[in-house]
Amino acid sequence: MSATDFKRRQVSGRGIPVAGNDIDTDRIIPARFLKAVTFEGMGEHAFEDAKKQNPEHPFNQKVYQGASVLVVGQNFGCGSSREHAPQALMRWGIRAIIGGSFGEIFFGNCVMLGIPCLRASQEDIEWLQREIGRAPQTPVTVDVEKQECVSATASSRRRSRTARGISWWGGRGIRRRSCSRLAPRSKRRRGSCRTSRGGESPPIDFLF
Amino acid sequence: MARTLLDKVWEAHTVRVLPSGQTQLLIGLHLIHEVTTPQAFQMLKELKLKVRMPERTFGTLDHIIPTADQTRPYADPEAEEMAQHMYRNMKEFGLPLFDMASGKQGIVHVIGPELGLSQPGMTIACGDSHTSTHGAVGAIAFGIGTTQVRDVLATQCLAMAKPKLRQVRVEGVLARGVYAKDVILAIINQLGVKGGVGYAYEYAGPVIERMTMEERLTVCNMSIEGGARCGYVNPDATTIEYLRGRPYAPQSAAFDRATAWWKSVATEPGAKFDDVARIDGAAIEPVVTWGINPGMSVGVSQKIPAPESAPETERPTFREALAHMGFQAGQPIKGARIDVAFVGSCTNGRLSDLRAAAEVAKKGKVAKHVRALIVPGSQQVAKAAEAEGLNEIFLAAGFQWRKAGCSMCLGMNDDKLQGREMSASSSNRNFIGRQGSPTGRTLLMSPAMVAAAAITGVVTDVREILK
Repeated sequence: MSATDFKRRQVSGRGIPVAGNDIDTDRIIPARFLKAVTFEGMGEHAFEDAKKQNPEHPFNQKVYQGASVLVVGQNFGCGSSREHAPQALMRWGIRAIIGGSFGEIFFGNCVMLGIPCLRASQEDIEWLQREIGRAPQTPVTVDVEKQECVSATASSRRRSRTARGISWWGGRGIRRRSCSRLAPRSKRRRGSCRTSRGGESPPIDFLF
Repeated sequence: MARTLLDKVWEAHTVRVLPSGQTQLLIGLHLIHEVTTPQAFQMLKELKLKVRMPERTFGTLDHIIPTADQTRPYADPEAEEMAQHMYRNMKEFGLPLFDMASGKQGIVHVIGPELGLSQPGMTIACGDSHTSTHGAVGAIAFGIGTTQVRDVLATQCLAMAKPKLRQVRVEGVLARGVYAKDVILAIINQLGVKGGVGYAYEYAGPVIERMTMEERLTVCNMSIEGGARCGYVNPDATTIEYLRGRPYAPQSAAFDRATAWWKSVATEPGAKFDDVARIDGAAIEPVVTWGINPGMSVGVSQKIPAPESAPETERPTFREALAHMGFQAGQPIKGARIDVAFVGSCTNGRLSDLRAAAEVAKKGKVAKHVRALIVPGSQQVAKAAEAEGLNEIFLAAGFQWRKAGCSMCLGMNDDKLQGREMSASSSNRNFIGRQGSPTGRTLLMSPAMVAAAAITGVVTDVREILK
């Protein structure tokens, strides 16, 4: 089976806009909900404090319940590495995120969970957020391979060009392949992975 | 062509290039703690997989543990459950755990360097964003999520894209009363909280070169707050002397061999960077954050900026910050009243941090309305501080002397802000709700500045106390 079979190519569903830049993972899921040994039930706590403090928060609004494409601003998911943040969003129903930019660890976590995070220009994000606000029931389609996002509401069917669409590997695909690649190395001495440096004899008595 | 540390370490740990263009990167050291691993171990069990390189995997307890009464079972049943899971998983998979009984327990980013586990030229991963800390010894160290923790446990590898590299040069000489914390807060303020996205930071220049290892750890710790997933300092004589004799560092002849390798990974003269940023170290004064991300800061003598001074796209965040903090634009930060003072965390919970705070604590008593906590970063830090009598200084001044843990940096134990309390904190994040109360407020600053605020009850320029 080819690793590319794990690609998630397209996500289609209703959108939900969350305005603002630098929304950190503490905001997405406060630390007190990390005191758990599973990710179960994480979805109901997505944006818990933000929702309590702001009745108008999109995650509170009936019209956005069941949405699957989240549209955010710059540096979304910055801060803590907690995977609980994308887990909470995923378990709430989010399947793809369009944003100006993303915190890198959050981005990596989303990749592991198969949630495409695509970047778009500030102008396109504002457009998309407006379109979704105007017609929340209309589906938004995110095409990962074409790197574009289409909202059916726009009269011109404007397409938002997105960037940074890398392959969406399932974690399992990587792991299995990694295991098979690494197996022969286990017979070598510790530190032998430095062979790629070429020529020099690798140190064997300390970690590197 | 001259190569950088990032180039050399990355290449040395490349297993192969994946079809996605990412690198399958070998991880030299995997540090784990109780909060981001139970789900990873569960996935391993379900997949019937073992830990691939248990000799490169080390665990501790830090995030959830109480810092006052550590009697088991813990008063908080959820914390007790997480600790039990950690003990069970470490035993089942045959991994070493630095628990309370070991005498080596502490915040994962304090104990890694302290034990000599974190070494130059390594790749280091941990399910915690402040893993960037370990870059101070000349390693490429970064935070990962729980599913990636599973992958490192199972394969000792990660799929990673190589970041671009920005050299951040801090020129000149720092003034008295200006610490490593002020340097990194000034860097983040200048380059922005998203300025480092896609980059690794190489910290260099005379200010960085003169820094002790503990100061470098503070700087690298907050790389992630500037958006950079990892940051490092090239290994030099300071690095080598710091590591000499540490329990997990190579010993005697092996240490000399290791030293040769460590020196060889430093960035070569003339190496090219994707970007270079210069910061004038002499212009930095003690820094205090006024907002809801670590980039929103001013020098202690300055006023809180108006939203209009920011680019238009940033203004809503500025307004939100002012509203949350209860500040007015144009108000001086000096004199802002605090309720809580916290010295600790992986940013500033080391011996030199406690010494700096104690120097100020000697000058007075904690203000009546202030609750002040000193939380050492590790059991070894606590022991060393007690040997010097720092705990006595703090207790005499009215500070609480606690046991090692993450504590009020993120409020996963009992150490939390209450309601809208304002905290002067030596930690790393002033995000809304970060210190345990959804409406709590955080002012980030150096440990000396926290101690100064504790004894005056308001944000104070520590240089006036140290005169």
